[in-house]
Amino acid sequence: MEDIVQTVVAKYNYWIYITLMMMGLYAMIAKNNLIKKIVGMNIFQTAIILFYVSIGVKKGATIPIIKALHGHHEAINPAEYMNPLPHVLMLTAIVVGVATLGVALAFAIRVYNRYNTLEEDEILSQIRTKTEEI
Amino acid sequence: MSTQYPALLVTIPLLSGFVISAAGWLNRRLCFYIAVIALAGSAFSCFGVLLQVLQEGHVTYHLGGWDPPWGIEYYVDYLNGLVLVVVSTVALVNLIATKRSVEEEFQEKIGPFYTLYAFMVTGLLGIVVTGDAFNLYVLLEITALSGYGLLGMGKNDRATLSTLNYLYMGTIGACFYLLGIGYLYIVTGSLNMRDIAQILPSLYGSKAVLAAFIICLVGVWAKMAFFPFHGWLPNAYTHASSAASSLIAPLVTKVMIYVMIRLMLTIFTPAFTFSVAQLSKPVVWLAVAAIVMGGIFALAQRDLKKMLTYIIVAEVGYMVGGAWLGNRAGMTGAILHILNDALMTLCVFLVAGNIVYKVKGCAFDDLKGLMRKMPFTMGAFVVGALSIIGVPPTCGFFSKWYLISGAIQAGQYAFVVALLFSSLVNVVLFFRVIEIGYYEPAGSHHGHEHHPEPMDEAPLTMLVPLFIVAAGLILVGLYTGDIVNRIIELAIPNGIV
Repeated sequence: MEDIVQTVVAKYNYWIYITLMMMGLYAMIAKNNLIKKIVGMNIFQTAIILFYVSIGVKKGATIPIIKALHGHHEAINPAEYMNPLPHVLMLTAIVVGVATLGVALAFAIRVYNRYNTLEEDEILSQIRTKTEEI
Repeated sequence: MSTQYPALLVTIPLLSGFVISAAGWLNRRLCFYIAVIALAGSAFSCFGVLLQVLQEGHVTYHLGGWDPPWGIEYYVDYLNGLVLVVVSTVALVNLIATKRSVEEEFQEKIGPFYTLYAFMVTGLLGIVVTGDAFNLYVLLEITALSGYGLLGMGKNDRATLSTLNYLYMGTIGACFYLLGIGYLYIVTGSLNMRDIAQILPSLYGSKAVLAAFIICLVGVWAKMAFFPFHGWLPNAYTHASSAASSLIAPLVTKVMIYVMIRLMLTIFTPAFTFSVAQLSKPVVWLAVAAIVMGGIFALAQRDLKKMLTYIIVAEVGYMVGGAWLGNRAGMTGAILHILNDALMTLCVFLVAGNIVYKVKGCAFDDLKGLMRKMPFTMGAFVVGALSIIGVPPTCGFFSKWYLISGAIQAGQYAFVVALLFSSLVNVVLFFRVIEIGYYEPAGSHHGHEHHPEPMDEAPLTMLVPLFIVAAGLILVGLYTGDIVNRIIELAIPNGIV
């Protein structure tokens, strides 16, 4: 028991991202409302962003701004500075996430304008009756 | 100039996208010509890169002068040199072939359509040319976002909902890929593919590396509609406009196959993929399921375009299975099939586009009497169909031959049976379509008044590119030996016997 607690506590960042990711995945698969699915998708993406951000962090480290005059470089101890690369990568991923969200919402609006509902089962039944008429 | 080809092939379509967008406000007719010039320039650069690769073995390009592994590197070898040429050529031919149907279907939205078209091609070429794993993710999303736009902007009501479903699945796929790259970054500290490949061998025992591999693969499979993740593809492609589906159907799945092969051969070496990971058997079985299910679902369709989309699901199974057989013949078949299947799918989707342009639909009832009405289009369809079935001398035969001989070598007889089953199903599928077109008279509800309908072909601008593609199917078939010996053989690392 203690072992499990220890693994969970020691790597809590991973557990948080896994939980968030599964919540998002669940919403995308199980929810019937299109907007809820989109929210789930966003949680899913954010979970991965949090994962990346957390792997750049080091205990007791500071922001990676290195004070050095030209030509006077001192030896740098990497343990003193956080790894900025995962954070920078996530700037791109955030932009991608926002763009995806925008496109998804635009489609949701178009679906709503056409079917007057955002519930997937109602839309599908409308499509079904329409194909039967033809 | 020639040293800049790897950068130009991506930058030209990217910048042209913005120019097209602006030109759309001034004069809508300009958009098409700008797009043609841009894609032709991009295709020219792709051929240039391939020629350089044929001479020198590989080409590298350091963006902004930053050396790898810190900067982003474009790396072209035989594998992606070939795929680059395929992607740029298919995109250009499709652009020219669909000019009329785009004018008809989009009217006010020609500018946005060609803008997205250019961005889509940018993304696809970028995925293929890049040597940086994270850069690949970004380009994956550029492709996907412009693809959602292209697929969803058609007139068909159902396009929006099916595209939204594609968007969910595509996002899951891309996120899984990103997560896998994150794991790789944790263990290696690098994002450059070749750099990762150098660092990894000492870490092959690590569970994190295996997890990264599987998570990346699942992501890529979701993107390429490999069997359990194929649900989004048929509706999204069927309800889209013809110009969008004949761009996206041939290219997106093939480019994702390329990414999978890149993961298997470059980022993870064959030693890891086939020996350490122990995934070959289950993946080939999944491919068998993909081929069989794709065939069965295709049999149940009463609409030409939807039937073709299920054939794509089966074809994805061919390539994934071939790549995972773990021997040279199978891998050759998979890479050759990227080229062949892109051309075959383009051919039959262009035919579907021509039919929709003339008849306003491509349900099986709309196809009656088409052999008389559109003999040239249907002639090209027959060539495409023979190639998908795998009749020599069309190119489809040769890749199937390699795949089957690879499967026999690997002792995966289920895969052999699935390939043969799929060929038989394809015979049934296509001859049913040809029979409807040939024997059933158009408008048969007027029974006794039986006079042959006059010929009413699609315009020449649609027919000529279609004929070029159909001729290409036979030419590629005839020159298969050269392509395999001079390019594909060299694309496969020596680790695979």
